[in-house]
Amino acid sequence: MMSDVAQNQFNIKEYIRQDLFPHFMCPGCGHGIALRALLNAVHDLDIDKNKLAVVSGIGCSGRVGAYIDANTFHTTHGRPLAFATGLKLARPDLEVIVITGDGDCLAIGGNHMIHACRRNLNLTCLMLNNEVYGMTGGQVSPTTSMDRFTTTTQYGNYEPVFDACKLAEGAGAGFIGREMTLQTPALRDLIKEAISHQGFSFVEVLSDCTEVFGRKNDLGESAEMVLAQKAGYRSDSYGTVVDEPFKPRGMQTGVLLRTERPEYAATYQQHNAEKLKQ
Amino acid sequence: MSANQNLQNLQGNHACALAAIRAGCRLYAGYPITPSSEIAESMSAELPKVGGVFVQMEDEIASMGAVIGASAGGVKAMTATSGPGFSLKQENLGYAALTEIPCVIVNVMRGGPSTGMPTRPAQGDIMQARWGTHGDHPTLVLAPWSVEEVYAETIRAFNLAELLRTPVIILFDETIGHLVETVDLTHFLDLEITDRKWADSKTKGFKPYADPGDGIPVMARPGDGHRVHTTGLTHGENGFPTQDAELVAQFMSRLLGKIEKHRDEVEHIDVRHCDDADVVIVAYGITARAAHRAVGMLREQGVRAGLFRPLTLWPFPEAAFKAATGHADLVLVPEMNAGQLILEVERLVSEKTRVAGVNIFFGDPITPQQIVEKAEVELNDE
Repeated sequence: MMSDVAQNQFNIKEYIRQDLFPHFMCPGCGHGIALRALLNAVHDLDIDKNKLAVVSGIGCSGRVGAYIDANTFHTTHGRPLAFATGLKLARPDLEVIVITGDGDCLAIGGNHMIHACRRNLNLTCLMLNNEVYGMTGGQVSPTTSMDRFTTTTQYGNYEPVFDACKLAEGAGAGFIGREMTLQTPALRDLIKEAISHQGFSFVEVLSDCTEVFGRKNDLGESAEMVLAQKAGYRSDSYGTVVDEPFKPRGMQTGVLLRTERPEYAATYQQHNAEKLKQ
Repeated sequence: MSANQNLQNLQGNHACALAAIRAGCRLYAGYPITPSSEIAESMSAELPKVGGVFVQMEDEIASMGAVIGASAGGVKAMTATSGPGFSLKQENLGYAALTEIPCVIVNVMRGGPSTGMPTRPAQGDIMQARWGTHGDHPTLVLAPWSVEEVYAETIRAFNLAELLRTPVIILFDETIGHLVETVDLTHFLDLEITDRKWADSKTKGFKPYADPGDGIPVMARPGDGHRVHTTGLTHGENGFPTQDAELVAQFMSRLLGKIEKHRDEVEHIDVRHCDDADVVIVAYGITARAAHRAVGMLREQGVRAGLFRPLTLWPFPEAAFKAATGHADLVLVPEMNAGQLILEVERLVSEKTRVAGVNIFFGDPITPQQIVEKAEVELNDE
């Protein structure tokens, strides 16, 4: 019995490309925790690595996929959802998971995001939200909290914050969840639910960037940042947003929405088959 | 007497769609844009019949992304557009070139720049097709002159994309896109269809960007067991990013050289009456039809004229061009633009040959008379 348990235990080394290590993420970056949670979910769901396709865009989040021992695609900035749409439509047998970031998904890729939600194709999208463009040196992003300092908000941020989950809900995503990297088991379970859902699943992962965001805002080391995240510092800063449409649901985490909207590819096949028979 | 079922009256855009399906295209992702929309419309009707997928994406960028995604998954894919949309596709086109993912992009050219004249023909994207995406990259561009040739060249585009693992661009213009002509499909019954080479799942230590000798790496089909990495970052043979100068040099020389290595299979030209020609007209697409007529008119006047028509615009068929214009005193280059392919012609002609453009790009196709008049002016100047 013990050996069975040991065999089924999650061993991250079975899911990563060890020859690429050491990885290139900064000390304290939350993206590695998100990666571990994702791989743990893949393991628990018994997904065949050969059938797993991970599609990412550009930025720190875009580089995470390369460490996964699967079919990995590092695409262009903001376009991983467009690329994944073509891949999934062409190869419905593949489990297609998109890893994107707050800039990749909500700024340059915003149009693809809303239409991926609307179509409700069976994809899982993990948006690693670290509130900043880390790779390019710490510029303000659509999710940077109010008053935060970045290299392009030298006097503090004054732009309203985008609530990605609300956006996903408005655009029609079938499954929406949010979790912080601090709660790794909860994040793993949320990702499992997202992957299992038939339709477009959007998961906002509250990550942290100590190096170019935390440091500039005196938020301390990684541990302090994630604990502050838990205490809801973003909630407070979100609370300062006065524009009603941008007012988020605070720090609510877990499954935020689950609907049984028809999945795109199945609908496409069924609809055309019926019409062509007539 | 039964009618020949293979004779069909087709519009250029419809012929393009039907040929794509004939070539094995099973996913089309597009965005509406005049004057190419009929290609998407045809695909939306035809693809479901053959088990394929048509998807109208949210924009031109997404269409290009979806096409590359589908092809990365192993399904032949195409998109079609026109000027403004072609501009938007350039970034992902470069991604396909660098990652060597086969795909076909049709640009039904219209008046530009910007929104320009959406319903009028032009040939203003010759240089954009060559240099549109950033950085040095291989480019393969085909330019048919008739509806039947749209059919043939679309199939050839897919075959070349698969053979060379590269995006292939088909350029024609509003006139050909909307022209209806009879196509005899019997010509295409036995046409060979090329499929890319897939990596054997049993190969040990498979390197997705290793050169097997012909410059074209073997592709790994997702799901077959080789779990490879595909990135728009400059990469080594193993597919992972590198900035090692030696590896980058090795990669770039293979990438830029692979089409050069296959010039014989790539180049397609139509040369008429050039053996004794003093005047050679270099023309492509609909303009070449006017040029062909102009050659006849000039010959009637006693001028030894010929036509050099590159169906493969890029890479430009240099050797064939030099042979065709070897004894020409004058090379005329009519184009529906301010002078684009003429730059390549000027680069390649011998010193004794004069080059002149016929540049009419105001919304109407160039007529044979306009070309003849230009020839007369140039010949009288001598």
